[in-house]
Amino acid sequence: MSSRTLYDKIWDAHLVTERQDGTALIYIDRHLIHEVTSPQAFEGLRIANRLPWRADANFATPDHNIPTTSEERLQGLEGIKDPVSKIQVRTLDDNCQEFGIFELKMTDDRQGIVHVVGPEQGATLPGMTIVCGDSHTSTHGALGALAHGIGTSEVEHVLATQCLMQKKAKNMLVRVDGQLKPGCTAKDIVLAIIGKIGTAGGTGFTIEFGGEAIQALSIEGRMTVCNMAIEAGARAGLIAVDETTLEYIKGRPFAPAGELWDAAVESWRSLVSDADAQFDETVVLQAAEIEPQVTWGTSPEMVSPISGNVPDPAQEADETRRGNIQQALKYMGLQGGTAIKDIKLDCIFIGSCTNSRIEDLRAAAAVVKGKKVASSVEVAMVVPGSGLVKKQAEAEGLDKIFLEAGMEWREPGCSMCLAMNADQLGEGKHCASTSNRNFEGRQGFGGRTHLVSPAMAAAAAIHGHFVDIRDLG
Amino acid sequence: MNKFIKEKGLVLPLDRANVDTDFIIPKQFLKSIKRTGFGVNLFDEHRYLDKGLPDADNSNRPLNPDFVLNQPRYQGARILLAKDNFGCGSSREHAPWALDDYGFRAILAPSFADIFFNNCFKNGLLPIVLDKAIISALFDEVEASEGYQLEVDLEQQLITKPDGSSIPFVVDEFRKHCLLNGLDDIGLTLKDAEKIRSFEDNWRNSAPWYFTTTNATTT
Repeated sequence: MSSRTLYDKIWDAHLVTERQDGTALIYIDRHLIHEVTSPQAFEGLRIANRLPWRADANFATPDHNIPTTSEERLQGLEGIKDPVSKIQVRTLDDNCQEFGIFELKMTDDRQGIVHVVGPEQGATLPGMTIVCGDSHTSTHGALGALAHGIGTSEVEHVLATQCLMQKKAKNMLVRVDGQLKPGCTAKDIVLAIIGKIGTAGGTGFTIEFGGEAIQALSIEGRMTVCNMAIEAGARAGLIAVDETTLEYIKGRPFAPAGELWDAAVESWRSLVSDADAQFDETVVLQAAEIEPQVTWGTSPEMVSPISGNVPDPAQEADETRRGNIQQALKYMGLQGGTAIKDIKLDCIFIGSCTNSRIEDLRAAAAVVKGKKVASSVEVAMVVPGSGLVKKQAEAEGLDKIFLEAGMEWREPGCSMCLAMNADQLGEGKHCASTSNRNFEGRQGFGGRTHLVSPAMAAAAAIHGHFVDIRDLG
Repeated sequence: MNKFIKEKGLVLPLDRANVDTDFIIPKQFLKSIKRTGFGVNLFDEHRYLDKGLPDADNSNRPLNPDFVLNQPRYQGARILLAKDNFGCGSSREHAPWALDDYGFRAILAPSFADIFFNNCFKNGLLPIVLDKAIISALFDEVEASEGYQLEVDLEQQLITKPDGSSIPFVVDEFRKHCLLNGLDDIGLTLKDAEKIRSFEDNWRNSAPWYFTTTNATTT
């Protein structure tokens, strides 16, 4: 067989049938489910009198909508104050019960953001096809799985048929050569990539991230990178399987064990692009040139190194781009030319499927340890990605570090990343956020989001404005 | 699913690139467990001056007079004219549900985000990619002439302008077939149930590690 990319290999292995026009049926190994995009799909099954094709391929947990305060969470489902949210979470419980689907309920200490929990439980395995009614499903590509977001109609389709109807995407390689400088992280890599190729740069592609700097990342760092592939327009991001991948998976509850593990590993070792594989497009970045990144606008591509300035629309020759910058600055309440370091923050959010894992919390805690949140910062919250991340952080004393610094320590969930629950950014307020989207209103009506790494968010909390993490020694 | 054969209607120009799914339908409305009723909250944060809440009465909310959707000349629009990367962001199908519920039947743009584009077809909504220059010219024509309508003929793959001239467009054969006939994807896929079953049997043999059941670890 001719040389193939990692994406080609996983695609080929899952191809059930292909129609003349190139539309294919792809077999789905794992379907992740949460409360927001699934109720209408289950309702569809009921109306058509259909059952899930393979109930045991599904894995559910509520995350988007649930409260993150301990007082509400201690009371379980009944503790959810918002009646509409309560119905949605209860509907997920009822649907999973009715259709025999495994669910980590809100009260289970393994519950959390579905993209944190899946890998953590070993429900995400290399070479799998994974879908979920959530665009950040691309996260799971960090483990060499082909994973992407789908809409609710497709959620129903996967439940009913175990397949997805799709046309194959093109192959893009994003290579990050060399080594990152200290203080720079996976988040900075992916923001720099989006800054370079734009939010539509990856549309129609599956992106494989490679190169020395990617290989040097932990699995958690790789998840941060793949998580934001969708922010570059690509439905899926992928990273080749290596020893780091295998070490991460071994021993996790849903991972194969014993002889099955050995057989799986042998197969998984081939989950890399062939040396002479052809990519439709290749983009190269030098890791050493990547500085800590901060977004200043209302799209993830509106990003600057910490040493930079908010762009001045007057300096922009292209009319469309000038208009976009003006629109963004108006919403963000920023003047063109302002130094990024002069942007003041009212709120700090450390969490989301991008950056809420234990390494993220450790990085943030290392910065705030023994310090206090600036008095000008109104809210600084840390929301762990799962119950197990929370437990681990508490075992390491990270919760105390955050609390002593004046930050809030919350229960796991999506929280202020999309603000579907009560965790909302106030109108006109600036937030240093470790999440993935800085769209208008994303974190709350009129809220102004700046995307950064956990360490940069923590440093901003202490200083009340952005600082270069590299200057803190 | 609604069929899409031929639609003629008023065109509404939304002059903004990278319109994301939060712009189309803000997250608070995603708490609904229904597929309908999202139309009144389409473009909520730009359409109204106050903050929208799920289950609220929208009839007395202050409208933003500057937003295109509220301008008298565009009332009853059925065709949305948009800019680059329309529908970027989340996978929420509530975005096409809201557009459909409002009354839009087709969206014309130079480019769309993948998941949104895909979701449209599942709901009888036709997204059409047109050359940037054509889109730009359409924006000018719509602005210049009140009551500007277009006819979108899926069968012929042609958009007809008020002056009788037409613009051809490309659409995936299979998706066209589904839209023209209002076909349900699941029903179509299940026609291949035998193929799926046989694939699954082989896959279970060659990669049994993907079939360790999740239920086994239920506590």
